[in-house]
Amino acid sequence: MTWNDVLELTPHPGLSILAVFLTATMVLFITRGPLRACLLGFGNTLYRACRLASKGCQFGAQAIVERNKAVLLEQGMQEAERAVEREFERISNTVAKELGDYPALHRQVSEAITAIEEDYDRSREVPPVPQPWVEAVEAIAKIPRADSLSGILDNFQKSIVDMENKAVEEYRKDSKERHRLLHAARPYWQELVKRFTGTESRLQRLLDRANAIDNHMDFFTEISKGSNAAMRRLSASSLTQFFISGLVLAIAIGGAVINFHLIARPMAEMVGGNTAIGNLRVADIAALVIIMVEVSMGLFLMECMRITRLFPVINSLDDRLRIKMGWVAFIILTSLAMVEAGLAFMREILVQDELATAAALRGDGVVEASDVMWITTMAQCGMGFILPFALTFVAIPMETFAHSLRTVLGMAGVALLRGMAVIFMMIGTVFRGIGRGLANIYDIFCALPLAFSRLFRRKDKSSSSYSTVEGMQGL
Amino acid sequence: MKRISKFLTPIVLSLILIGCSDDQSAPLGSRGVYMLLDTSGTYTEELDKARQIISFLLTQLNPGDTFAIARIDTASFSEKDIVAKVKFDDRPSATNQQKRVFLDDVDSFIRNVQSSSYTDISGGMLQAQEYLMEHDVRERVILVFSDMQEDLPEGYVRDISFTLEDYKVVALNVTKLREDNMDPRVYMERLDMWRNRVEEGGGYWTVINDLDRIEEILD
Repeated sequence: MTWNDVLELTPHPGLSILAVFLTATMVLFITRGPLRACLLGFGNTLYRACRLASKGCQFGAQAIVERNKAVLLEQGMQEAERAVEREFERISNTVAKELGDYPALHRQVSEAITAIEEDYDRSREVPPVPQPWVEAVEAIAKIPRADSLSGILDNFQKSIVDMENKAVEEYRKDSKERHRLLHAARPYWQELVKRFTGTESRLQRLLDRANAIDNHMDFFTEISKGSNAAMRRLSASSLTQFFISGLVLAIAIGGAVINFHLIARPMAEMVGGNTAIGNLRVADIAALVIIMVEVSMGLFLMECMRITRLFPVINSLDDRLRIKMGWVAFIILTSLAMVEAGLAFMREILVQDELATAAALRGDGVVEASDVMWITTMAQCGMGFILPFALTFVAIPMETFAHSLRTVLGMAGVALLRGMAVIFMMIGTVFRGIGRGLANIYDIFCALPLAFSRLFRRKDKSSSSYSTVEGMQGL
Repeated sequence: MKRISKFLTPIVLSLILIGCSDDQSAPLGSRGVYMLLDTSGTYTEELDKARQIISFLLTQLNPGDTFAIARIDTASFSEKDIVAKVKFDDRPSATNQQKRVFLDDVDSFIRNVQSSSYTDISGGMLQAQEYLMEHDVRERVILVFSDMQEDLPEGYVRDISFTLEDYKVVALNVTKLREDNMDPRVYMERLDMWRNRVEEGGGYWTVINDLDRIEEILD
């Protein structure tokens, strides 16, 4: 049916339009209930689905949070255990090193004290005072002087004075001896003070260690309780470690790349320069394998030295076996470092050879090697030897990176899931709004009958309420 | 000790893998280059340019590549016309040595070259095709340093189709002859004839007259 057909429904086009409009409006009004329910239901269903997905994401995020917490706490406990263990080890070393000579110190102190006591005792011995002499002198002094006795008394006085002088001299001599003895005891005192001061500083160091252990134990207790403070500290620490270890690993990768370039070219002399596995030259693969083997040896070495704990199997090995294995790893590493130094040397020779060949092909004649070329050669050899050992230390940031990566990925996962939960909620709300909006738009098309319907309904309601009031009054 | 061996086994296996890599690997993009040098008439005067090209090619070729130089004379379909040939060693140092020796051989040839009476380009092309077919190379390039004017003695049959699939044929320094100057169509027809022969044989044909473009030879 075309628009013209519609206009020709009645003799008057306006009437035709009105008829069609009224018919359509009535149809829309009649089907309003189910269609509105359908639109609202559609919106609500999508809203519920999105809400469910959002809840799922939230639950997932919560599960990851809990798992992350468990992992973080476990890592934190292990770390605290290691720290306490390390502190105890340090205390043990300090006790063995600093206080191991305590028996000798005790003996030295005892000897010094004995020597001081002896000197003190000797310095205490005072010569006996000749008491009867003093009394005799006093008695003689009381005798009245007579001419007959004057000579005798003078002689006697003289003897007494002589003896007194002698006694004073004797006393001074004894005092001098006592001072000498006390002076001789002075180094013993100084020695004692020195010994005790040294012992005090050693004990202070032990006390510091004990304080450190106390701090670690406090943190350990916090972790055991799973407190928020411990969690925050562990999370922050994990993030910091992730970025720092990532940075160090990036630097190490740079070192490995330099190492690769040092040995890839001369490696072609060993395995051929024109063969490939896939798209990779065998020489490049061989150089990479050597570097990887060096890194692996470094990992084993660090593991055997108990600096890292990436492989529980190595840590659980018997100490003797572990040390042997460490030596084997070290020997292989040294051998590879020497091989690399040789290859680096070879590289320089090859470069010179290629330059000479290129010059000959160009017709430039013989190219003289520079006098300072040995510096480059030696630098390359040195780098070839040192870089494998430097790469050994990659094990430390690698361990930290591996541990912190777990936490960081967990955090990223939680953030992602929470973000998705919010997005799902937003989408759900939008769907619900669309459903309601469409239902309201539908009402616009049947606004006229809807208005009449509401009017009649209101009238019905008022008339029914009026009749109810009248009925009640009648009663 | 068993545990130690458990860790060392993969390392030792890796090292063995390096040692055995030759057996498991394939040549990486090795190239075979066969260069024909026209020694007929006055074209021998152009051989200094040929030496420049050869020097350049030697700097571009890598370990594992094959390179041969042959002369175009009265009857070129013969191994005797190969002036110098080499398959470069896998080791770069040995390759450098081979390049120097090769260039010495070429220099010696250029110094002592004698002009030939006829120009058997087709015979040389057939020889090049055969030579490169024998070598396990991934890219095959035939360079023809000539004015491309074939001049066969009586009785020589060279009306033979080439089989040049996956071959690149580069005509180098195609000089214009006196007749070409008089009627350039002769030159063009000559080049078109060679192009058709090469392309009918399945090969790729190109001409490089400007030596500033020699970098394009092995592209």
